[in-house]
Amino acid sequence: MSQSISNSKIRSALAPNPSISGKNTQQSSLGDFIQETLALTKRLFIQLQRRPSSLIAGVIQPFMWLVLFGALFSKAPSGLFGDDLSYAKFLAPGVIVFTAFSGALNAGLPIMFDREFGFLNRLLVAPLSSRYSIVAASTVYIIALSFIQTAVIVFASAILGAGFPGIAGLSAIALIVFLIVLGVTALSLGLAFALPGHIELLAVIFVTNLPLLFASTALAPLSFMAGWLQVIASLNPLTYAIEPIRYIYGHADWAIDSVVMNTPWFNFSFSAVILVLLAFDALILFAIQPLLRRRFA
Amino acid sequence: MAAAVLIENLQKSYGDVQAVKDISFTVQPGEIFGLLGPNGAGKTTTIRCLCTLAKPNSGKIEVGGIDAIASPKAARQRLGYVTQGVAIDKVLTGRELLKLQAALYHLPKKIIGDRTQQLIEILGLDEYANKKIGTYSGGILKRLDLAAGLLHQPEVLVLDEPTVGLDIESRMVVWEFLQELRSAGTTVLITSHYLEEIDALADRLAIIDKGVVIAEGKPSELKDKLGGDRVTLRIREFTSDDEANKAKQILESLSFVEEVIINAVQGNSLNLIVKSGQSSLSKIEQSLEEVELPTFSLAQSRPSLDDVYLAATGQTIMDAQIAASSTRDLKKEKKQMMK
Repeated sequence: MSQSISNSKIRSALAPNPSISGKNTQQSSLGDFIQETLALTKRLFIQLQRRPSSLIAGVIQPFMWLVLFGALFSKAPSGLFGDDLSYAKFLAPGVIVFTAFSGALNAGLPIMFDREFGFLNRLLVAPLSSRYSIVAASTVYIIALSFIQTAVIVFASAILGAGFPGIAGLSAIALIVFLIVLGVTALSLGLAFALPGHIELLAVIFVTNLPLLFASTALAPLSFMAGWLQVIASLNPLTYAIEPIRYIYGHADWAIDSVVMNTPWFNFSFSAVILVLLAFDALILFAIQPLLRRRFA
Repeated sequence: MAAAVLIENLQKSYGDVQAVKDISFTVQPGEIFGLLGPNGAGKTTTIRCLCTLAKPNSGKIEVGGIDAIASPKAARQRLGYVTQGVAIDKVLTGRELLKLQAALYHLPKKIIGDRTQQLIEILGLDEYANKKIGTYSGGILKRLDLAAGLLHQPEVLVLDEPTVGLDIESRMVVWEFLQELRSAGTTVLITSHYLEEIDALADRLAIIDKGVVIAEGKPSELKDKLGGDRVTLRIREFTSDDEANKAKQILESLSFVEEVIINAVQGNSLNLIVKSGQSSLSKIEQSLEEVELPTFSLAQSRPSLDDVYLAATGQTIMDAQIAASSTRDLKKEKKQMMK
């Protein structure tokens, strides 16, 4: 077909090569898993680079939350949101967590489209060392996106008067964002394999997204809420991510054992909150196993 | 030496639909093997089971002596799979897709760049490799699919209806390439509902109908086994049942006529099997004239693969194709394909 290479060269290039096609696939090597995960992650980033609109929207939206909600409560009596906490400072953690949460909730969409367009079949006929690399790639991608969004929100909030947490504070925020994104991404990926199509997945995202925002402490403290909503908000994983970040924003002298979250029933230290988020992740990762296995078997 | 592909008593149902009832065939190393049959015969389901995308209800599948059901990963590593042009990512360039695929087959990182470039050159994709796949034409896309299937130099390349929707020129390119591949020593398993494609390419073939194999062998063998010549007769463009039956009776009494089938789907045309090497046509025309039946068209030929299919099923592949397409539930099939 091409004149630039000799026939014998073409022949050897097309002949079976047992050193690759006859490779021993019995031992699943970590190197293979990393290679395929990186390749799949790279694909997602190439897509992002060529179709950046979702990332741009994902940065503009939280910025608008900050400006609009900030303006909505700008004349609220000072001290209303706790000891000399401005609403900008109060709001920033809510927007950080909510943005990461929304992004993670959408994590399953690319996989759902791969299922619908048949690209997933290309992955499933390949001798992947583990099909969890497909899940891992999506998770790495979504976590990276969330970090980009979080960084933008932290800077924008600083400009809007929320102040700037120190290096330790930023690391703690990164850890919390990581934990909430991990669990929610896993949930969304599980749904992407369980639901019949993208319409259904979008419907689930639609009914989950905003209600979980309003049933958390993102926009108002627990003490403002009706009793029943306080119960729900105290169980909402988002609250466990928002409250420690809010404490960090309000207290430069925070520590691992600081009590960062108060509910009418229990008080949680920073380390206890991290444990709750870890438990949340473990629960979801466990719960999606059957969904993934059904497709990957 | 183990067979390149061995399929034995394969069965696969989707719900209450038995897509594959009982399929067995063997592909020898280094040959082009054709799976011929109308759409809906079970070709794609068989291929999906072979490529480990679907789990058979029962039966045996081996790739180069390896049990593909027990060790799917080893089977996947040995197979290249070129499917019906759906599984692409339009946003990537051809080269990016090839590199992704190379990583999924665990080619050593050092050689991925060179190997990708090599296949781009062999398949004449130089000009397109750095463009987005969304801009490719059908023929270019098929060449990219071929390149992707061959990156890891598989023992067997499996192609599911590789030339559907391609223009004639692109189809020739695919044919020539598959022949080149065979001379390089790669085994090729190709499904098609195009008779001429399987006739031209395949060293051996299996004809599949309604989920079972109805014939297996070399194309020449299968055709010779049928024996005789084929005569297609149309009394009128659309013949009435009465006239067709009348003609059938008369023709069956002729000494050189072995069999007469009325093909209802083709406007009651008559398919005759006659002894080879006879000047049958004039005698047929003559005996029809005697009972005042006209002749609209009359043609004699050596048996084709379609006759092999016709002899086994009573209809031509084209007719089966048309009949199948009216009863297929494409939406449901898409759901089954979705993993």
